[in-house]
Amino acid sequence: MIIAERKPLEEIAAMAAPYERICVLGCNTCVGVCMAGGEKEAEETAALLRIHRKKESQGGKVEVFSLERQCEYEFIDEVLEKLKGYDVIISLACGVGVQTMIEHIPSLRVVPGLNTTSMGYPTEQGVWTERCLGCGDCVLHKTMGICPVTRCAKSILNGPCGGSADGKCELGDEIECAWQLIHDRLSSFGRLDDLKEIQPPKDWSSSHHGGPRTTVREDVRIDRGE
Amino acid sequence: MIAGSNLEKVINSGNFVVTGELGPPKSSDITQLKHHAEEMKDHVDAYNITDNQTAIVRTSSIACGATLVQMGLEPIIQITVRDRNRICIQSDVLGAHALGMKNILCLAGDHQNFGNEGGSKGVYDIDSMQLLKGLKDMRDENRFMGGDELEAPIEYYLGAVENPFADPFEYRVDRLEKKIEAGAKFIQTQCIFDLERFERWMELVRARGLHERAAIMGGVTPIKSLGAAKYMKNFVSGITIPDHLIERIKGAEKKKVEGLNVCVETIQRLQEIEGVAGVHIMAIAWEEVVPEIVERSGLYPRPSL
Repeated sequence: MIIAERKPLEEIAAMAAPYERICVLGCNTCVGVCMAGGEKEAEETAALLRIHRKKESQGGKVEVFSLERQCEYEFIDEVLEKLKGYDVIISLACGVGVQTMIEHIPSLRVVPGLNTTSMGYPTEQGVWTERCLGCGDCVLHKTMGICPVTRCAKSILNGPCGGSADGKCELGDEIECAWQLIHDRLSSFGRLDDLKEIQPPKDWSSSHHGGPRTTVREDVRIDRGE
Repeated sequence: MIAGSNLEKVINSGNFVVTGELGPPKSSDITQLKHHAEEMKDHVDAYNITDNQTAIVRTSSIACGATLVQMGLEPIIQITVRDRNRICIQSDVLGAHALGMKNILCLAGDHQNFGNEGGSKGVYDIDSMQLLKGLKDMRDENRFMGGDELEAPIEYYLGAVENPFADPFEYRVDRLEKKIEAGAKFIQTQCIFDLERFERWMELVRARGLHERAAIMGGVTPIKSLGAAKYMKNFVSGITIPDHLIERIKGAEKKKVEGLNVCVETIQRLQEIEGVAGVHIMAIAWEEVVPEIVERSGLYPRPSL
């Protein structure tokens, strides 16, 4: 899922400061599950913002509600008229949600209440860890299901580098060395020889380095020409 | 002979090879670097020139290398994959060659978070293995990484680094072999303080016959103070210093003298280990002691080939 975390309240308050009619808009899918921008977090953010504005003697009204997903027009359409009644919408969706909203309704003023961090999963309660960079050319079959592009700080394809010590990355003990993990998993499957092959340079053109990406599926497209 | 560099000649001659290291300054004033180069010029066969080491902005390796060439000295240009993509690296290699540089050391580089531009974007378009293989093919197959042909052939001598003190231990030898397959003819190791571990690593290297396929050069660094030793132990990526060595420096009345003693003893032991072809002396911020270290290690004078 997409992982995000809420921006500091001061930053959110500063973005909302010039406005009177303010909406904090939660998003109940990915960021709801990672407890950053769902209904509960939206209520909490709105409450904190109200207190902050009161302290700063700012007037206006802070309202709050949530959508199932801010990244699909269908869900936005359900509350379209309501959204148009605000001066600013503090979106607690990921960066995709914010952009979907303004592309669908250009007249809306939408600001981000979250920082979108990564694609990952909760490795324990309260801890979300990045697992995919969306490089567009998956290599997990070569690396026993452990992604070196994402989990190695240098995205090395022929690792581990000389900074790997005691299973940890040179960046710090809180980061596991992806190549130690790959090495150990290959070893447990009797496939250490796989590491002998020199992996060629990656073709990054399928990633963001090839420019912003668009995925087209002709088989499911609706032919708008007829 | 591949590139005809002095480094290559000394390695091929079977003499125990000695290289030094010069770190470019955090300014464009390279007077000191030139001074250090002059200081050790009769004591080393070639000089590594670091590439923004520890991710700190410094005068470029190739610019300093060009200066050395003008001085009649021989640089080993370090190239990391941290700051440049394959377009820039290949372009820089062409430029370095045009300016007379014949030795290239390929490495990943310390992560940018360690340096003085912590907010910078790391490149890592290719890794150090792919860099080696790419530059080997550029030389041997006359084609760029993308497949285009070079308009004129290019020659250089390629080296790599390996860290016997990193993990997983056994795999460090597999990775060395991979680097040799990829094109490395000389290997400089991370600083050796744990000789026992280095010797175990060399046993594995010899068992594979890798010392016959590339010149293995042990890396050494003279310890200047107790603080420097502790700093390296705790903060420099990839370096391990055994406690007994820390204790030895701690107990010594004259720390610098003891640091030099340790360094000279290490080099003398390296000369006795079968398969070790040379030493790479990294006297960071203490370059002036290199001649003394080389002389006391019995490696002076250097062969003139």
